[in-house]
Formats: sequence, structure tokens, C-alpha cells
Amino acid sequence: MYDRGKIISGLAVFFALATLPFWVSGGKSVPPPEIKTDTSVIRQLKVKRCLEPTSFMKVRHMELIISWRQAVVRDGQRIYVASDGRQYRMSLSGTCLNCHSNKSKFCDSCHTYAGVKPACWSCHIIPGEAEG
Amino acid sequence: MRRDRRAFLKIAGLSLMSFGMRPLSDALASNYRPEVVRAPEALVAKRWAMVVNPKKCTDRCQDCISACHQVHNVPDFGNPKDEVKWIWNEPFRDAFPGQEYRYIEKGLRERPVIVLCNHCENPPCVRVCPTKATFRREEDGIVMMDYHRCIGCRFCVAGCPYGARSMNFRDPRPFVKTINPDFPTRTKGVVEKCNFCEERLARGILPACVMACKAGALVFGDLENPESPVRDLLRKHFAIRRKAELGTGPQVYYIV
Repeated sequence: MYDRGKIISGLAVFFALATLPFWVSGGKSVPPPEIKTDTSVIRQLKVKRCLEPTSFMKVRHMELIISWRQAVVRDGQRIYVASDGRQYRMSLSGTCLNCHSNKSKFCDSCHTYAGVKPACWSCHIIPGEAEG
Repeated sequence: MRRDRRAFLKIAGLSLMSFGMRPLSDALASNYRPEVVRAPEALVAKRWAMVVNPKKCTDRCQDCISACHQVHNVPDFGNPKDEVKWIWNEPFRDAFPGQEYRYIEKGLRERPVIVLCNHCENPPCVRVCPTKATFRREEDGIVMMDYHRCIGCRFCVAGCPYGARSMNFRDPRPFVKTINPDFPTRTKGVVEKCNFCEERLARGILPACVMACKAGALVFGDLENPESPVRDLLRKHFAIRRKAELGTGPQVYYIV
């Protein structure tokens, strides 16, 4: 093999770089995300329940939000009827973030952990950041 | 047991296909359709339209423009090349090319006319949009934008004969002076335009430009309803539309 030294040392460098995250973390696992729901609006709720049961929201909130987008933008329907009959105005900034006003400790903590980067906030406004 | 090559390939193909069954059944099963309804306070019409009376417009009045651009977080990039506009003033000769003539009153040629998206009956922007990001609502004729779907190809910008569409060449958010938290901004790489205040109609409020105009030069209503203010004006006055000869069916009428 020609240039054996260069090839083997190059491969070694590549291997070291590719596996760098494992060496740096040193085999430790990252602690699971802490999801905080202690906002002033949620504290005032008598029954601490999201639009739908928590088990549903945890797994399928993205489907719910996508269906809201479809309903509002394309079908012109603006009121969501929850499975228990309560009605909500479908609005990411206005309804979701009204309760979950701690976006960085609620949405972001899990999304950062999972490496998910939803592009919502490049257009939708985070209440409180509007003045900026 | 002897199996020929043909039989083996058949079985291999079938077994490979079985891997696709689970995702297929999942995709079909999770067709999540929650119950949604229209807001009871929403203003509804069969065909929204606007009648503009340019004679009532006073020089240098920017009330409708600033109201619209403030409500919809329209950015001001400060240079005409990147300009984003939903409603704006256009000199008569550009708003109505073909309507001017050699001996036209001199002031009229340059006189600003308020123009906006015409919410066409037969919108060329919708025809050319490759992603259906822009679409015409069948129920009330509003030509809408779904910014989520826009890929920024600008076919619609080229297709619109009225120049009603603007591209965000840069991130618009830093250029919005005061952000209205009730309406999203846009992002870099999407096209935007007037939405006939669809979000306000859904809450039972008339468009921002119409409410901002103190002179009553902008009138909004349902064309299909004979009692509506727009039909009333069209009965009493002769009105022209911008470039109606192109066959787009513009729904903004100008009283002459």
C-alpha cells in the first residue's frame, strides 16, 4: 500500500474525531429533561389539565398543533373542541403559550434534550419577547 | 427441497414488502382529525370585496397603510429593493396602465392611488404556486397565504400582475418597529401579501385599513349580498378595476 503512514494516521484522526462525543461525555448519561409547569396562569387553574389528558399531550402534541395549523390557515376554523367538550381558540402564541409562558423551561427543555428544532418561533411570537 | 431462483426471489420480495406494512398501517391509522368549529363571532360572506373611492383620499395620508403594516407586522427594510408591502400608494399611470392618455390632466397622471392585493376570482399566483402555499378560499374568495408551505420560489411574485406580493429577502423581524403579538411575523425566504384581514374577520372585526380610514375612502363588504355597502356603492357609481382585461377577476373596485 502506498502512503500507508498518511492513510492510517488519517483514518486514526477521523476515527478519533467521529467518536469524540463519546470520549468527551465519558460514558455518563445526560439527565432527563426537567419540564416545569409552574407558571402563574397554571397555578391559578383549579383543575390542572391541558386541553387533552397529559398522556395524549406528551405523545401527540405535535399532531395536535399541526392539525390546528391546517384548521386555522387552510380551513378557516378557529375553535378547537377538546375531547371533553371545552372550546379553545386555536393559537400557538395565544393559547398554548398563555399557560405555558415558561417556554424555555417547558418546550425547550424537552426539545433541546431530544435534539428537535421546531421552526415555530421564527415567525410566531413568544409573548413577552414582543417588545424586543 | 429444491427451490428455483424465480421462487426464491418471489418469497424474498414478499418478505421485504412485509417490512412496509407496519409504517403503512400506522400512517393510515393515525389520521388525526380533531373536532374544530368556526368562531361564532366571525364575519362571513360569499365573496369579500373592497370598493375604493380615490377622490376621498387626501394627499399624503398614510393612515390605512400604517394601520395595516402595524397590525400585520410588515417590516420596513428602509430601501425600495427589499420593500415589503401589503397596501401602498401607486401613481395613477402605474396603477391603471392603459387608462392614461396624452392629454390627461397633469396632476392625475402622478396622483397616488391606494392599491392592494385584488383577491382575484382567477388568481394567477395560485395557479403558479408549486406547493399550494397560496390558495383561494372557496367559501369567501380570499386569496390566502400559508407561510408554512411557502418555499420562496417567487413564481407568484412573477405571476401577479399587480405587484401585490413581496419577498422577504432577509429576516424581517428586526425590521418590524413595534411587534403586534397577536399576529406572527414572517421569516426569511417567504413571500407575503394582503390577506383581506382574514384573521380580523374571524374575530368579527373589519379590516384594519378600512377602520383606519377616516375619510371613508375604503369600503368592505360582501359582493354577493345585495344589501352590502359595496353593492350599494357599485349601484350608485361606475367603478373600474385594475387590469381587468387580463381576466384575473380583481375584486377591488375603484370609483371614478
